[in-house]
Amino acid sequence: MTQQDRPGVLSNTSLERRAWNIRRKALLMGEVQGQGYIGQALGVADVLATSYFHAMRYRADDPEWEGRDRFYLSIGHYAIALYSALVEAGILPEDELETYGMDDSRMPMSGMASYTPGMEITGGSLGQGLGIAVGAALGLKRKKNPAFVYNLMSDGELGEGSTWEAVMSAVQWKLDNLICIVDFNNQQADGPTRDALAVGPEAPKWAAFGWHAQQVDGNDLEALVAAFDTARALPEPKPRVIICNTTMCKGVDFLEAREITHFVRVEPGEWAQALEKLEEGKPQ
Amino acid sequence: MTLDSMKRKYEPRKVADQKVATSAMIASLAAEGYDTVSAPFGHALIEAARGDDRIVGLSADLSKYTDLHVFAEAAPDRFYQMGMAEQLLMSAASGMAREGFIPFATTYAVFASRRAYDFIAMAIAEENLPVKIVCALPGLTTGYGPSHQATEDLAIFRGLPNMTIIDPCDACDVAGMVPEMVAHHGPVYARLLRGKVPSVLTRYKPDYRFQLGRAQMIREGADVLVISSGIMTMRALDAAEALAAEKIDVAVLHVPTIKPLDLDTILAEAGKGGRLVVTAENHTVNGGLGEAVARQLLVAGVAPQFRMIGLPDEFLEAGALPTLHDMYGLSTAKVAEQIKGWL
Repeated sequence: MTQQDRPGVLSNTSLERRAWNIRRKALLMGEVQGQGYIGQALGVADVLATSYFHAMRYRADDPEWEGRDRFYLSIGHYAIALYSALVEAGILPEDELETYGMDDSRMPMSGMASYTPGMEITGGSLGQGLGIAVGAALGLKRKKNPAFVYNLMSDGELGEGSTWEAVMSAVQWKLDNLICIVDFNNQQADGPTRDALAVGPEAPKWAAFGWHAQQVDGNDLEALVAAFDTARALPEPKPRVIICNTTMCKGVDFLEAREITHFVRVEPGEWAQALEKLEEGKPQ
Repeated sequence: MTLDSMKRKYEPRKVADQKVATSAMIASLAAEGYDTVSAPFGHALIEAARGDDRIVGLSADLSKYTDLHVFAEAAPDRFYQMGMAEQLLMSAASGMAREGFIPFATTYAVFASRRAYDFIAMAIAEENLPVKIVCALPGLTTGYGPSHQATEDLAIFRGLPNMTIIDPCDACDVAGMVPEMVAHHGPVYARLLRGKVPSVLTRYKPDYRFQLGRAQMIREGADVLVISSGIMTMRALDAAEALAAEKIDVAVLHVPTIKPLDLDTILAEAGKGGRLVVTAENHTVNGGLGEAVARQLLVAGVAPQFRMIGLPDEFLEAGALPTLHDMYGLSTAKVAEQIKGWL
């Protein structure tokens, strides 16, 4: 295993700039369609920047390289965010961003494995990613392949019973090659996640199930880097979860301040305004 | 269940004069006068796995009841106990298939088709992954009532793109389907007969062997053509013997692959003319073999006299299997009686 297979580590581009680039690309895609899960994309951009430009091993020119860390997007509607990260990582070409959600695009609104290089699973039917990740982690161990499986899920998926089946199985099989990332923005379709089901206390609950659990500010890159490093380096034979408390629409203040809903409404003229706002906070 | 039938629970019962066997979870289908083979699925999987490192076995706490325990004992490091968690069973099988393995995932047919359906649809079938789902207690093969009777599993999986569906008749089919499932690229749903499984087909056709996607004539006959799958092929063959004594000549076309159907053979046989065509399936008459055949006959403009033998559109009763097979028309005697009545 060489450093060359962790592109982010070698790059001179800062994580801050990577996260900013991901946000910008997501806004450009949203502008194309006039809609999209932009609140989630802006919120999870720091998590994706840390994943693709600090933690993960992959080869941009060979998305199916056997040695790659697997990244499963359980939340299919976050595809707009992952496409941005995949473009930023050089896995998808930048000029295809404009095709987002269009007929014959490789970037459909909900992520599907058969459409997009780098999209490992077809998410969207929520509560499936972690179980698939358990199987992949078992398969990697069987092959003695040291790669990690990352599963990015939402707080809403904590309500699915299948998530907890997978949580228990991962402990049963001592899956220390499995890292689950929970994007906790406390917002699901009908309102706040915590008002719908008693998903908390999050980290103690996962820990009680036998996971190594961390809960961090998911918009704090330093905290994310530390959490990912801890999760990767942990010697204990148990699966790892990083619960990331994120803010919907992070980085565009007038959207952040808006009454946040699952599907953030952005008026036609506001996309350009959002891009301008983002530009103001452009990092070096 | 209607309100009237719910009221039956308040009617006290007496011990029957003549006791029939109680409703065992896995009622034996072996008491039919046929030789039996023990755990043909488990042994066939061991054989297939011997030459293929990709094969692994997973179960959701039902390895003993799906004959996968035989495989687990022979190859413990290739067996994965996923616990009583069918959604996980299917998701994890999907994950292993992504990493290059060929997982055989076993549970009861009711749990795969009802509880785990979305996981089979999205995590397995949508990406055409080579997960082989093998399920015991198909149709009416237990007296435990609707919780364990998978009377609509074929209808459910017939609607799923990419899914190949097998309904085996006997030990020969069960053993023969395993290597063909491995060779087939893509997901397969197979109904399973487990425990002591009768050997039926080779008695009538000594050179019979299972071929995926192929319907095969097991018995020729001039008056009636039965098109059947699963254990109903056994019933049809037995009924044909009985009817022969009454000078009724019954042909039996065995269709162990429900999807894709062997249209060429079915249309050629049904199109010969002059025969009553009867489909027979251990499944609700809604959405199974009978309707699949009927549709193809209609599209092809083949219009024989046509009848269906199958389970009614009801939640079935609990009880002893022989009683239930008689009640719902799946017993040999009832199959023969129905065919005679239609002539």
